[in-house]
Amino acid sequence: MIASTLRMGRQRRVLPGFGLSLGVSLTFISLILLLPLTSLVGQLAQLSASQYWFLITDPRIVASYGVTLMAAVIAALFNAVFGLLMAWVLVRYEFPGKRLVDALMDLPFALPTAVAGVTLATLYSSSGWVGQLLEPLGISVAYTWVGIALAMAFTSIPFVVRTVQPVLEDLPAEVDEAAITLGAKDAHAFRRVILPHLWPALVTGTGLAFVRSLGEFGAVIFIAGGKPYETEITSLMIFVKLQEYDYAGASAVASIVLATSLALLLAINLWQGRFIKRLHGGRG
Amino acid sequence: MSIRIAQIDKTYGRTRALEPIDLDIHDGELIGLLGPSGSGKTTLLRIVAGLEQADGGTIHFGERDVTHVHVRERRIGFVFQHYALFRHMSVFDNVAFGLHALPRAQRPSSGEIRTRVMQLLEMVKLSDFAARYPAQLSGGQQQRVALARALALKPDVLLLDEPFGALDAKVRQELRRWLRHLHEELHFTSLFVTHDQEEALELSDRVVVMSNGRVEQIATPDVLYRQPANRFVFEFLGEVNRLEGDVEDELLTCGNARVAVPEVGDGRHELLLRPHEIRLAEHANDRAHLPVTVTAIVPVGAEVRLELEADWLGEPWQAAVSHADFDRLAITRGKRLFAIPSQLHRFDTARPQTLAPSF
Amino acid sequence: MVRIGDAPRVKRLLIGIALALTALFLVLPLVAIFAQALMRGIDVYWHNLSDSYTVAAIGLTLLVTLLTVPVNLIFGVFLAWLVTRFEFPGRRLLQTLIDIPFAVSPVVAGLVYLLLYGRNGWLGGWLDSHDIQIMFAWPGIVLATIFVTCPFVARELIPLMQAQGAREEEAAVTLGASGWTIFRRVTLPKIRHALLYGVILTNARAVGEFGAVSVVAGAIRGQTNTLPLQVEQLYQDYNTVGAFTSASLLALLALLTLAAKAALEWRAARRETAT
Repeated sequence: MIASTLRMGRQRRVLPGFGLSLGVSLTFISLILLLPLTSLVGQLAQLSASQYWFLITDPRIVASYGVTLMAAVIAALFNAVFGLLMAWVLVRYEFPGKRLVDALMDLPFALPTAVAGVTLATLYSSSGWVGQLLEPLGISVAYTWVGIALAMAFTSIPFVVRTVQPVLEDLPAEVDEAAITLGAKDAHAFRRVILPHLWPALVTGTGLAFVRSLGEFGAVIFIAGGKPYETEITSLMIFVKLQEYDYAGASAVASIVLATSLALLLAINLWQGRFIKRLHGGRG
Repeated sequence: MSIRIAQIDKTYGRTRALEPIDLDIHDGELIGLLGPSGSGKTTLLRIVAGLEQADGGTIHFGERDVTHVHVRERRIGFVFQHYALFRHMSVFDNVAFGLHALPRAQRPSSGEIRTRVMQLLEMVKLSDFAARYPAQLSGGQQQRVALARALALKPDVLLLDEPFGALDAKVRQELRRWLRHLHEELHFTSLFVTHDQEEALELSDRVVVMSNGRVEQIATPDVLYRQPANRFVFEFLGEVNRLEGDVEDELLTCGNARVAVPEVGDGRHELLLRPHEIRLAEHANDRAHLPVTVTAIVPVGAEVRLELEADWLGEPWQAAVSHADFDRLAITRGKRLFAIPSQLHRFDTARPQTLAPSF
Repeated sequence: MVRIGDAPRVKRLLIGIALALTALFLVLPLVAIFAQALMRGIDVYWHNLSDSYTVAAIGLTLLVTLLTVPVNLIFGVFLAWLVTRFEFPGRRLLQTLIDIPFAVSPVVAGLVYLLLYGRNGWLGGWLDSHDIQIMFAWPGIVLATIFVTCPFVARELIPLMQAQGAREEEAAVTLGASGWTIFRRVTLPKIRHALLYGVILTNARAVGEFGAVSVVAGAIRGQTNTLPLQVEQLYQDYNTVGAFTSASLLALLALLTLAAKAALEWRAARRETAT
């Protein structure tokens, strides 16, 4: 394939640097991305199917799948609502401090996850600023799945905001006006006209937030507390197995996490492609 | 439903978008708002729609004062410049949108909605396209969907913002004729914005010419073309040739060119004339001596457009002659002829003046 | 202008909720970091900061960042040039591959490096016999960080260069310019901001990477602790003030990142309105 690629490139290339950039890119991708990933495949190849099955269906691991999935779903749904609200407010309204709030939306990407983790754990522990307010209400966040969902939600805040925001900015004023001249009330117009326009971006953003939450580690472990079967996430299980030098077990569980994320990422891309096609006149 | 616009004005920041404007539109009239961009025509249309709020003045639809009525309750139909169709909805759902948005008590049953929408699609000749999406329609079809959607709620007035602006010339012609017929058939009151004088003249019962937030003239197309209220209207409604020179004893001289200008006082004057107001001849006559050279020839439809140059002209003149005259004079590039004006227009007096001496 | 949701009541309500949630979820944690770090006063803060292990962690973090950013910068530029300036089979695949690090859990990223270079790994034995240590040493940390941050520069450049097209570069070729001249004089000025933005993001992530690094670092104090690992270790030792002292440095850097990003965007927006 590489040989034919080189030939194809030479035939019609006008600009220089094809060979060099192809060489650098392929070398880098092979060494940094593919080689390490093949080592995972190699490790797994040493396992029989039944061994593999045994490793990935260990009850403690299975419980971690459940905790991770549930928390990630809640975090993603929270972000769908929160992100949509923030994007709407930042695009449609003017208020003092708007630029500051806009800039702050990226904080979770800029702040190291471990810092986010210890901070949230401290804030929401029973003696923390927020935790001590919630405790009398019987709500405990730290060391429960609520805390895990909270940490996941925090680290993936920018996804929905930053995917919906540009789409909302590009929405012509005429769309609003058309709905209003036809007599639609706010709620009706938002649901039937605005939301469908934002839908692809909203789903994509939520999907990305979900994928990120599934794999989140640094922000979660501090607030999770690591009670087996209750607050252990799958990433943590991999980490724990590595500390016990159980490379086979770690690899088996990692393969599940990796496959899930890649499949989701692929699904998001395919879905997005199909949706966009319809709006721009593919269908039929 | 008649529309009465009284003393409507609007300022954005420091820019005066509309001087106080008065305009009466009769029931069933089709009115064109014509002007260059920035003339305030779109602002006026959007104020009538309720999409913008005027700083002062009142708007009545019939006897109803709608000045402070929200656009939702104004009962207008609005066709947007780029149609603003909802691209995620089928043609049917687009047209049905307004009916579905009615409060439950007023909303027709889904059967009634269906009948009404199909009627509208029939009217705009798109019955077979109900299930399509906007992206699958041509520009002209989208435009008709937009119109059907705007008419679905039986609005009191129909407002159209550059309704044919985004279409190519041929489709535009067809649609214009079609809209004219539809208007005669349904007799709704409508107001549309355009920057295309041909469109305004062809479509409107009366045209409102605007510039710089002011109304320059309101008149029927015929009057507008023959008796422009001022120089702006004259220049905006078609191509204009300029002739500037010194007048002495009712004779204007400019280099070696001379033309009789009855009733014009002495001094420097500028006179204007349209391309079709120029006749070409082999010889000058005793009232006009305007030697010109043909520098470009463009046959367009029923006439031939010529570009004329001369030493005494600042910028070339455009002239339009019939094919018969073109052949008779055996016009070629570089041919030297004499221009004989049939009319000259003068706007430097208090009232515009048309000089139609018997040349 | 009439728009959906512009009734003052709706507007105030939505802005109110948005600001309250922003304060709770974003501002409060930020304040907490600095409050915790300075809880015992500025002297203790300084003392914690000049702790030898913390200083070592700062040094290692700087080293990792200084190595990671240029590598990913060069790779990102080459990859973007490749996929936006040439048509070839496998182009889409290449663009998809580069997204993998975004989807992979950082712990898994660390794991695959451990499997490759670790004592029992494919290359581990050979490396061991030549006395080269990659895992549980700084080279491993650098590699894992490069893996995790490699998409950032390319992801910023590709959409921009795609939108810009190759017309100007082609014009330069017809004028006889060499490859390097074309890049330096024609392409680089057009992509400068995106490039800088990509570097800022790479930098932020490289400094703060935790999951992948914690797997490959082995957490040897004073040797393989980066700042985020230092935060974790101090926190686990119940040295909250110490942990938040290191955390405050990272938070400060995050704020600088946000400021730099906002400044870049602001300048870009201003230029857009100027033209």
